[in-house]
Amino acid sequence: MARKVFVEVNADFLPDGRIIPRSFLWENGMRYEIDRVLDIRPAASLKAGGQGLRYTCRISSKQAYMYLENGKWFMEGK
Amino acid sequence: MFEGDILDRVILHSDLNGFYASVECLYNPDIRDKPVAVCGSVEQRHGIVLAKNEHAKKFNIKTGEAIWQAKQKCPELIVINPNFERYVYFSRAARGIYERYTDRVESFGLDECWLDVTGSAKLYGSGEKIAKELRRVIKSELGLTVSVGVSWNKIYAKLGSDIKKPDAHTVITRDNYKEIVWPLSASDLLYVGPATTRRLKRCGIFTIGDIALSDVGYLKRLLGKWGETLWLFANGYDNTPVATSDSPAVIKSIGNSMTIYRDIENEEEAKNVITALSESVAKRLRQNGFYGKTVQISLRDNKLQFSEHQGKLTAPTFISEEIAKTAFNIFKSNYNWQRPLRSMGVRVCDLVSNDTLFQLDMFGSGQRRDKLERLEFTVDKLRSRFGDRSVLRASLLYDDLTGADIPLIHTIHPISYMR
Repeated sequence: MARKVFVEVNADFLPDGRIIPRSFLWENGMRYEIDRVLDIRPAASLKAGGQGLRYTCRISSKQAYMYLENGKWFMEGK
Repeated sequence: MFEGDILDRVILHSDLNGFYASVECLYNPDIRDKPVAVCGSVEQRHGIVLAKNEHAKKFNIKTGEAIWQAKQKCPELIVINPNFERYVYFSRAARGIYERYTDRVESFGLDECWLDVTGSAKLYGSGEKIAKELRRVIKSELGLTVSVGVSWNKIYAKLGSDIKKPDAHTVITRDNYKEIVWPLSASDLLYVGPATTRRLKRCGIFTIGDIALSDVGYLKRLLGKWGETLWLFANGYDNTPVATSDSPAVIKSIGNSMTIYRDIENEEEAKNVITALSESVAKRLRQNGFYGKTVQISLRDNKLQFSEHQGKLTAPTFISEEIAKTAFNIFKSNYNWQRPLRSMGVRVCDLVSNDTLFQLDMFGSGQRRDKLERLEFTVDKLRSRFGDRSVLRASLLYDDLTGADIPLIHTIHPISYMR
């Protein structure tokens, strides 16, 4: 089971309405850049418990999910 | 699906499994593998099981039973308060997914929907293929499981969604319906409640097949016009269409009921509850542009004995005072206070549009009515601007029963199949 970690996010709001996260502040105080958003789709997080728009992101050559749920961003922590 | 030259419809019925409990488990992974039941609040005496997860089902916990009964069966049962806003969100999201496949989506309560995918076969494949796809998409996007029934009519599709669950689908065709549907208990059929089941049993009718093979005239004599309807249902002759997504629900009546946190002991308390309920009903009549002509009240005493009574209004109205007065008169002439009351309901039916012209009472004052109607709209406006408690009836000011909390309205139960 993963923890549901809400994070502070810097994002671009595109003119077409899309929201693209660019970086986030992890709970250890480090800010991580998002290299690329690979996929966006609605999905449930069975690990952390939640449901929203799921962004599959590449962050320093690793893949991770970021969820936008009711205007709040969360990630799956260990 | 073809039978001879007739093109059969392809109807899906999708049922979100253990809906409320599944949503709670989704948001709380720690309890996912434990028995969970979503229950109403005990303090407000709504303490019954509303939904349970698969683990709770193993303990034979039933929807509708009291929390203490459920806890007797399973002491470690995790009881959670309902979170209706969340359920409405998921219900809408599921509907949104259904609407990707067809515009003919008809909700039946929050957790069930019919889909007519007859016209979508060329795009998305057979009914079974769409059913599989729906299961997959809902699981990945919403984290919930559905069971889906596929058939050529709504009744069989609904029965199909109950046969295998959770996360399964059942296809009922003209070739297999006698093996799948007919052995099911008669009470599984829509509109066969406990009373009808008893009546049918007395005549040796136990299964849906028994209904189907009975003489329709005999069923009619036994059950009235419902006899014929049930016979049509059992034989798969039901041809009720699936409503289109944009067709508004036909409102036949508007009502509110509430279970009060303590019993209602006397006439004055009953009057207050009726007044609060009537205010809410009248407001909804106005919002929807209706006058009502008949008032019904429903009563449940503290032994859970239920009764309903109705009476005519003197003129079509949406004025809360008139509705409350009539409702209270019906109440006074029908209830003898053998036992205190646990819950009460007020419902207005025989609705007509409020721009209809109607015969005025010869001795009544039309002007006074007109004034009252305008007053009601003004009160609505004030309440919408300054809150529900900004304008209150003096009688409800210190009333602890309703908490002047005009009952919140959400349609959770399915509206009638017969519309």
